Amino acid sequence: MRHESSRIWLLLSPIVAIASALLVGAVLIALSGTNPVTAYTVLFTESLANYYGFGSTLTKTAPLLLAGLGVLTALKAGQFNIGGEGQIYMGGLGSTLVGLYLQGLPALIHVPLALLGGFLFGAVWGGIPGYLKAVRGVNEVITTLLLNYIALNLVGYLVHEPLIEPGAPSAYSPLISQSAWLPIILPKTQAHAGILVGLIAAVILWVVLARSPLGYQIEAVGLNPVAARYSGMSVERTIIIVMALAGGLAGLAGSSEVMGLKHRLFEQFSPGYGYDAIALAFLSRGNIAGIVATSLFFGALRSGANVMQRSADVPVTVVYAIQGLTVLFIAISFAIERRFRMIRIKTADERR
Amino acid sequence: MDNLTFFTDYLSASLRLSVPLAFAALGGLFSERSGVLNIALEGMLLSGAFASAAGAVLTGNVWIGMLLAITVGGIVGLLHAYLCVTLRVDQLVSGLAINLTAAGLTSFWSRILFNSGQAQQLPGIQTIGIPGLQNIPIVGSLLFNQDPLIYLLFLLVPFTTYLLFRTSLGLSLRAVGEYPRAADTAGVSVTLVRYTAVIISGCMAGLGGAYLALVHVKFFAEGMSAGKGFIALAALIFGRWHPVSTAFACLLFGATEALQLRIQAFNLNIPYQFLVMLPYVIALLALIGLAGKSTPPAALGIPYIPESREQ
Repeated sequence: MRHESSRIWLLLSPIVAIASALLVGAVLIALSGTNPVTAYTVLFTESLANYYGFGSTLTKTAPLLLAGLGVLTALKAGQFNIGGEGQIYMGGLGSTLVGLYLQGLPALIHVPLALLGGFLFGAVWGGIPGYLKAVRGVNEVITTLLLNYIALNLVGYLVHEPLIEPGAPSAYSPLISQSAWLPIILPKTQAHAGILVGLIAAVILWVVLARSPLGYQIEAVGLNPVAARYSGMSVERTIIIVMALAGGLAGLAGSSEVMGLKHRLFEQFSPGYGYDAIALAFLSRGNIAGIVATSLFFGALRSGANVMQRSADVPVTVVYAIQGLTVLFIAISFAIERRFRMIRIKTADERR
Repeated sequence: MDNLTFFTDYLSASLRLSVPLAFAALGGLFSERSGVLNIALEGMLLSGAFASAAGAVLTGNVWIGMLLAITVGGIVGLLHAYLCVTLRVDQLVSGLAINLTAAGLTSFWSRILFNSGQAQQLPGIQTIGIPGLQNIPIVGSLLFNQDPLIYLLFLLVPFTTYLLFRTSLGLSLRAVGEYPRAADTAGVSVTLVRYTAVIISGCMAGLGGAYLALVHVKFFAEGMSAGKGFIALAALIFGRWHPVSTAFACLLFGATEALQLRIQAFNLNIPYQFLVMLPYVIALLALIGLAGKSTPPAALGIPYIPESREQ
């Protein structure tokens, strides 16, 4: 019975958090002089009920889903991966290099190779803080954050100098080979197979976490590293692997942007997907299916926001505020939930 | 420009660039010494920068801008304290939530209040020369011909050190951060101390943000804190939670940034992205180099539960 009620709350709390954030967002929209109902109607019909809008939503969902999986994976082992943004940039770089310098391959080989390139670059970028945490005890939150700024500037430098398209008016790389492009899955929209990469990654990750020895180790380290160590696991090794895996997944988000949408490497090509990913991972409470649902919601927010700005004159930034508030409210809901549980334990004690 | 002027100019720039970091880091020091992790410094800086710009634009008075920045920073601190101390939310999660929300809300309001999301040409703050002292070569213009906030910072570093290590208030603060159960038993209110410390932390970071917007660049732009809060946090760890060494760590980061700007101006053949990267790389190296030796306050990040039997 108790188990049942906590399951319901598990599903309910993100919904309550999102609803509260949307409510505060509505107040903001009203303060900016627009009817919130009109604004939200535009936002959600344009992003979910319109064919082209839905295509754009899927385009934005793909990187969110992959980066969200990256944060979630680390979280399973008790690690905070705030470096999604940097890992996205490195992943984009990895795929660009494979897409540019390996020529003449059939798409069937080139696409997986370019994805692998992105995964590996992201994995290195996530593995560094993992190594520093495991071996030297350096807090992974700050190292992953600092590495974001380093990756962003590194990619900035590369597209300005060595990788720049000759004669380009602004800084971007040449087009990657067409054999490394992700195909379009909804005709006449931008929606590309990046979303499928995300869904496949979600399934694989679920299998790894729920059904493999590595998944068991990750879970054990996350729940109680001391106990994990006593039972003979290498906590250090697990942390390095999990952070590399997390970085690789976020790296794939960068691959998806480069291979599916832009087809070349741009400076600042990610509008903060790596930071949204943190919100997603908390919202979904470690649940992979939850990440799929919440990334679709955030994707819709992001794709509808532009239309809302154009037709209802509400700044896009209200969406960023809603995303932040969602995390704030989910954090509060954790606390309320714990309080309930404590009360329940207390009353149980008293009854005895 | 001769070498001497260049040198004093460089030192002066280093000092100015380290001021926002130092306010934020000293603020973070209060919070973390009381046992509350403060990743939210970034959001506090940004909120302060925005509030100061908004205050200065709306009233035309820099000081009202500063005051508003301190107030808003304090309110953000209050929120962080409420989440961490009362609700016992994971302190990292609380900090991250505050950073994300601050980024969203300041961008939103800046687009509403200022045209195109930027407030330009904010009124600045005049430097005040201290008669006599400012005429000393090199040191004079560097230390005694600055704006009032730098003087405030000069006073704040020794004051914080004295407060922390020589007063009973400081003892309570450190006790709460090291061993809250003992402090509680001795009659110190852990809740009150932590609330106060985190609010002070927000006020100081807010002031750092105001310096960034009003003194430094004289405009507000979305996301202008650009990781400075995290650098301040790195400085705090690098400075081992001690005010003096933390201030010097901030100065090191300020000097790196000033160097970066100067190398760019000299058109040396170093890509500017590497120079922009430099403070972050140094912060990273600082963390790696000192991680083994620096010990955070023992209760940092752990919520205090009076009725539990642990701790």
